[in-house]
Amino acid sequence: MKYIDEFRDKKIVQALLRDIYRLAKKRFNLMEVCGTHTMTIFRSGIRYMLPENITLISGPGCPVCVTAQKDIDRMLRLAQNKQVIITTFGDMLKVPGTCSSLEKQRGNGFDIRIVYSPLEALDIARKEENKQIIFLAVGFETTAPSVAACVKDAYRERIKNFSIYCCHKLIPPAMLALLENHQIRIDGFICPGHVSTIIGTKPYERIVQEFKVPCVISGFEPTDILESILMILEQKQQNNPGVKIQYSRVVNPEGNLTAIKLIKEVFDIDAAIWRGLGIIPQSGLRLKDKFKIFDAERKFSLRVVKSSEPKNCCCGEILCGIKTPPQCPLFGKICNPEHPIGPCMVSTEGACSAWYKYKH
Amino acid sequence: MKNKKYSLEDKILLAHGSGGKLMHQLLKEIIFKKFRNPILEAAEDAAIFRVLGKLALTTDSFVVKPLFFPGGDIGKLSICGTINDLAMMGAIPKYITVSCIIAEGFPIRTLEKIVSSIANTARQAKVDIIAGDFKVVEKNACDQIFINTSGIGLIEHSLNLSCSNVKVGDCIIINGTIGDHAASIMSARKSFGIESKIKSDCACLHRLVQEILKVSDEIHALRDPTRGGVATTLNEIAIASSVEMVIEEEQLPIRKSVLALCELLGIDPIYLANEGKVLVFCPEKEAENILSVMKRHPLGKNAAVIGRVTSKNKASVLLKTKIGSTRIIEMLTGEQLPRIC
Repeated sequence: MKYIDEFRDKKIVQALLRDIYRLAKKRFNLMEVCGTHTMTIFRSGIRYMLPENITLISGPGCPVCVTAQKDIDRMLRLAQNKQVIITTFGDMLKVPGTCSSLEKQRGNGFDIRIVYSPLEALDIARKEENKQIIFLAVGFETTAPSVAACVKDAYRERIKNFSIYCCHKLIPPAMLALLENHQIRIDGFICPGHVSTIIGTKPYERIVQEFKVPCVISGFEPTDILESILMILEQKQQNNPGVKIQYSRVVNPEGNLTAIKLIKEVFDIDAAIWRGLGIIPQSGLRLKDKFKIFDAERKFSLRVVKSSEPKNCCCGEILCGIKTPPQCPLFGKICNPEHPIGPCMVSTEGACSAWYKYKH
Repeated sequence: MKNKKYSLEDKILLAHGSGGKLMHQLLKEIIFKKFRNPILEAAEDAAIFRVLGKLALTTDSFVVKPLFFPGGDIGKLSICGTINDLAMMGAIPKYITVSCIIAEGFPIRTLEKIVSSIANTARQAKVDIIAGDFKVVEKNACDQIFINTSGIGLIEHSLNLSCSNVKVGDCIIINGTIGDHAASIMSARKSFGIESKIKSDCACLHRLVQEILKVSDEIHALRDPTRGGVATTLNEIAIASSVEMVIEEEQLPIRKSVLALCELLGIDPIYLANEGKVLVFCPEKEAENILSVMKRHPLGKNAAVIGRVTSKNKASVLLKTKIGSTRIIEMLTGEQLPRIC
C-alpha cells in the first residue's frame, strides 16, 4: 500500500539497524513521547531489535492517561444528569474514576455516546435541542484545532445546548517538566508527529537550549521510528543537539498556521493538572472569556467531587518514565485490559495496555 | 384471508405476536410463503423429520447493527453463521430453525426483506427451514430485531476435527482476506468522512469445506475466525491443543481498504471479525493440495498459508512482523475502541 508498505520494508529496517548498532556505543535513554509511537514500537517488534544499551521509555503522550483523576470524576458527575448527552472519544469510556466509569454509567442508563469528531457532537446538539450536549475535550495540540473550530461554529450559530469539558493539554511543557524533575535521565526525545504537524518545531527549542536534549519529530511507521532513533544518536555523537524533523513528508517547521490561529482564537494557555506530573504551568488550554458560555464546568456549576487515585496504581510514575508497567504491583495481576485499574491499561495508546498486549 | 401487500407505513404491533389473527396472517403472508417446505408447512408444534447417521447441532443469535450492510444483512448472516458452525465440524447442513424477537414499530417491509434474505441464503445453501418462532416485544425491550438460528448437519467423514487435535508441524491456511466483515460494519455504522466500499465477507462455507475434505483426510482442525478475529481464534486453538504457532504478518491476506480503515482508526485487523473465513490446520504435505482447491473455489481466491504450528506444550501465538521482529499475539481483550489522536 502506498505510504505504508515502503515504511515497513525489511531491507530499509536492516540498514537503519546497522547504523544504529554502529552508533550505540553508550547507554541511551530515549523517550517516545506519543502513545501511538509506543504502539508501533510494540506492534512491529522494534523494541526487540534494538541494541541492549538503548532503552525506550514511554512518555506522557496518551491523552486519556494524563487526564487527572479529578477531571475524570467531574466528567462522571456531568454524565449523571438525565438532561445531558455526553459525547466522547472511545478511549475515555472505560477509564475508571474514583467510583465508576463512563461505560458503567452508560450501563446505568445515562446517555453517553462515542463520537469520532467534536463536529459530530455539535451535530447531535443541532438535532436534539431539548438535551444538553457535552463534549469531553480530551487531547493534545492535534485535536485542539477541531475543538476550536467546533466552538466557533457553535458561537456563530448561537447553539445554546452545547458545551465542552476542556482538559486539553500541550505536550512540550510536559517534556520540560520531566527534564526539570530530574527523576530520570532522558538522552533524546522521539517527538510526536501529529502534534508537531500543528505546532511545528519552535515549541521544542527550549528543550534543546536549556537541557541540550535532541528532539526528533517522528512519523509512526517502523522505519520512521528507527530513522528518528538514528538521527538522535547522530546528534549525540556530533554533540550538536537540535530540533530535527524526520517526519518531513507531513511536518513543516512552522507548523500549521491556520490551526495555530484557530487555537489562539478560542483558547488561552493556562496551568493544567496532569496525572503523575501534577500541575504544570502553561500546559493546558482554557476557553477564552468570549467562549465561556460553552464551558461545561461553568454551565453545570459542579460541586467539589472527592477524588482519589486507585491504591497502588503506578500510572503516574509510568507516565513519567520512572517505572515500566511490569514494575507496578497491580500490572497483569488485578489490572488488565478486561479490568483496568489505571488509565494506562485502558487506552490503546497507554503504555500498560501496549506492554500487556504485546509482551505479557 | 386475502393476500395483502404491506406498505411502507405498516408496522409490527404487539398484536402480531399475540398468537391471534394478525399473527397468522403475517406468518402466512411472509414466513410460510418464503420458507416453503413440507416439514414447515405441516405447521405442527414440532417439526418431524428423519435423519440417519452422525449429527452435528449448533445454535447462534444475531444482533448486528446496522441490519443491512454492504455484502449482507442480518438475515443472510443468521443463516451463514449457523451453517458455518456446522461446516467447521465437517457437517453437511440439513435443517435450520429460525426465531425472531422483534420490537413493536418495526416496519413490516423491512421484515419482509430480511425474511427474503434468510430464504434465499437457505435455498442457495440447500438447507430447509423447518421450525421457528416469532415474538414481538415492547419498543424499549429490544433494539429492532434479534434472530436466533439453530442448525442440524450430517457428518459423513470419519476425521477427528477438533481444536485440541492440532499437531506440531501443521500448516495454518486461511481462505482469504481478513477483517472484511467487521470493517464493513464499522464503516456502515459511522461515516468517517471517507467513501468506503468495503463489503462483508458473509458467506456459507460448507461447500468449500466439503471440497477440502474430498482431497485430504488428514485435516486436524477447522475454525471460523468470527468475533475476536483471527488472533482470538488462533489463541483458542493454541490453548486447546497446547501448542505454539508462528504467523507470518507478510502472508496475512488483507484488503487495502480494510488496512487503510484500520490504520485510520488505530485498530489491528487480526482482531476484526470475519463471517466467511475458515482457518484450516493440516500437515505440511497436505497444504499445497488444499490451497489449490481453495484457490479454485469462489470463496478461496485469496487463500494463503499464514503460519505454522512450531512446538508443543507452551500455548502461545507469535507473529513474525513485516520488518522481521517477533511479538506475541494476545486474545482480544475488551472491545476495540478507536484512539483519540
